Amino acid sequence: MATMQSRNLARMMLFPSVVLLLAWMIVPLCMTLYFSFLDYNLLTPGNEEFIGFLNYEFFLTDPAFFASFFNTLLLVGGVLLITICGGIGLAILLDQAIWGRNYVRIMVLAPFFVMPTVSALVWKNMLMNPVNGLFAHFAIWIGVEPVDFFAQIPLLSIIIIVSWQWLPFAALILLTSIQSLDREQLEAADLDGAGPFSKFIYIVMPHLSRAITAVILIETIFLLSIFAEILVTTSGGPGYASTNLTYLIYTQSLLQFDVGGGSAGGIVAVIIANIVAIFLMRLIGKNLED
Amino acid sequence: MATNNSNKSKIIYTALAWGISGMIFFPILWTLLTSFKTEAEAISANPSLFMFDWTLENYSDVLARSPYFNHFWNSVVISIGSSLLGLIIAIPAAWSMAFVQTKRTKHLLMWMLSTKMLPPVGVLIPIYLMFRDFSLLDTKLGLVIVMTLVNLPIMVWMLYTYFREIPHEILEASRMDGCSIGEEIFHVLLPLALPGIASTLLLNVILAWNEAFWTLILTAANAAPLTAFIASYSSPEGLFYAKLSAASVMAIVPILILGWFSQKQLVRGLSFGAVK
Repeated sequence: MATMQSRNLARMMLFPSVVLLLAWMIVPLCMTLYFSFLDYNLLTPGNEEFIGFLNYEFFLTDPAFFASFFNTLLLVGGVLLITICGGIGLAILLDQAIWGRNYVRIMVLAPFFVMPTVSALVWKNMLMNPVNGLFAHFAIWIGVEPVDFFAQIPLLSIIIIVSWQWLPFAALILLTSIQSLDREQLEAADLDGAGPFSKFIYIVMPHLSRAITAVILIETIFLLSIFAEILVTTSGGPGYASTNLTYLIYTQSLLQFDVGGGSAGGIVAVIIANIVAIFLMRLIGKNLED
Repeated sequence: MATNNSNKSKIIYTALAWGISGMIFFPILWTLLTSFKTEAEAISANPSLFMFDWTLENYSDVLARSPYFNHFWNSVVISIGSSLLGLIIAIPAAWSMAFVQTKRTKHLLMWMLSTKMLPPVGVLIPIYLMFRDFSLLDTKLGLVIVMTLVNLPIMVWMLYTYFREIPHEILEASRMDGCSIGEEIFHVLLPLALPGIASTLLLNVILAWNEAFWTLILTAANAAPLTAFIASYSSPEGLFYAKLSAASVMAIVPILILGWFSQKQLVRGLSFGAVK
């Protein structure tokens, strides 16, 4: 009896979270799906008309879609690569016996707490500006032509900024994981004559795999919907050079008021995210559960 | 010889670590320094690290010319409000999953995580239109609701990993002693779970404070938190480096300090308990 009672109670306690999340997910998603089949523009309200898959046809054949699709992949992939490789390096370095490790840790971690609009604007104006930025001053000082970051390499510039924000996170998670490594294993490997490289490949990396999985998961969730960094630096330009899917759909629906087209784009983004999610869930299912 | 050698490597590693972390920290340090410069010095071609006329002018200018405290208050209400509301909803769910495990618990957790994977643009238009129709656009209440829902899966997951570590035996013992469910929660569970709840709260305040999709899209002048306020500095006519720096410093310092205190919780919370 007691278990029946506690089962029911457990269900009741789950209820609010599940219902709210369902409502937050399903209701708007169904509306987006519905809108995506309409010719619906906020500038001409009342003229909604069912047009079948036309919005999808327009969205998927738009060159902007391909550009932003590949930009999204490059942005997520590039930042993941930089932050995980850099994070492993930093974690190994900070794991050594050094003076003032706590101060070093505090400095490394700091960028993670800086809000996206601040970090994007600081990098854009004070560091990357081709005339007044610090990088330009430095380029002139050593006698080379300053780079106009957001005109010449817009997407790479955004990758740099976002990597700066996420490197601390990767480094911290990986450092914590490395510190739980069994030192005796390393000593045993030393005795067996293993070099630093084989110790890294056969002992450190397998130990880190769980932490790396966690970093990939969290970063992917946040990186797929990068928005503020693009909005305040390039506004997606020049052309579509730094537009990702999130930004493309935002311009289509809230700047051009094309609700139908934007909704079709939203559904496409959801499908792409789902494919990524299924892949990641498999990875986590294997790695995160003991 | 051996100590000599290890000392040498310690010096090298220390220099390397300080050098690299200094580079990573540099943009923040530079922002802090620039916020004390005059506008002319801020864009000078021969920038100086410390040798300039220190001034507080930029801070007083930002405070005098913009409703900074208004935006600050919005950030406080939205981040703390949504985190508290989220806790109220997430604690029962996490408790139930941690202590009454069924076959579906794992699936339910995975499903909650998957809602986090839903790109916000997938629900952007309906949310925007609903907000417009319910007059929630540019209101703090609207943003508190959205931020609660956005962070709810992370809160449930975090709390779940903390609650799971509380030994079942303690609860069984208290039940044997005739505790009611209410007593069980308030006298046994909460004191044990309080550190986990506090970490969850802290981490979610940080996440909500820095959130910059919904806050930028759903607010204008009234309810804009600091993320949106700083974004307004991106227009070319507002391009004053020293003032931008002062405003930025005031926007990030509270959360930077809070963040430094929460290093450990951050690792655990954001890795879903995989890394401790």
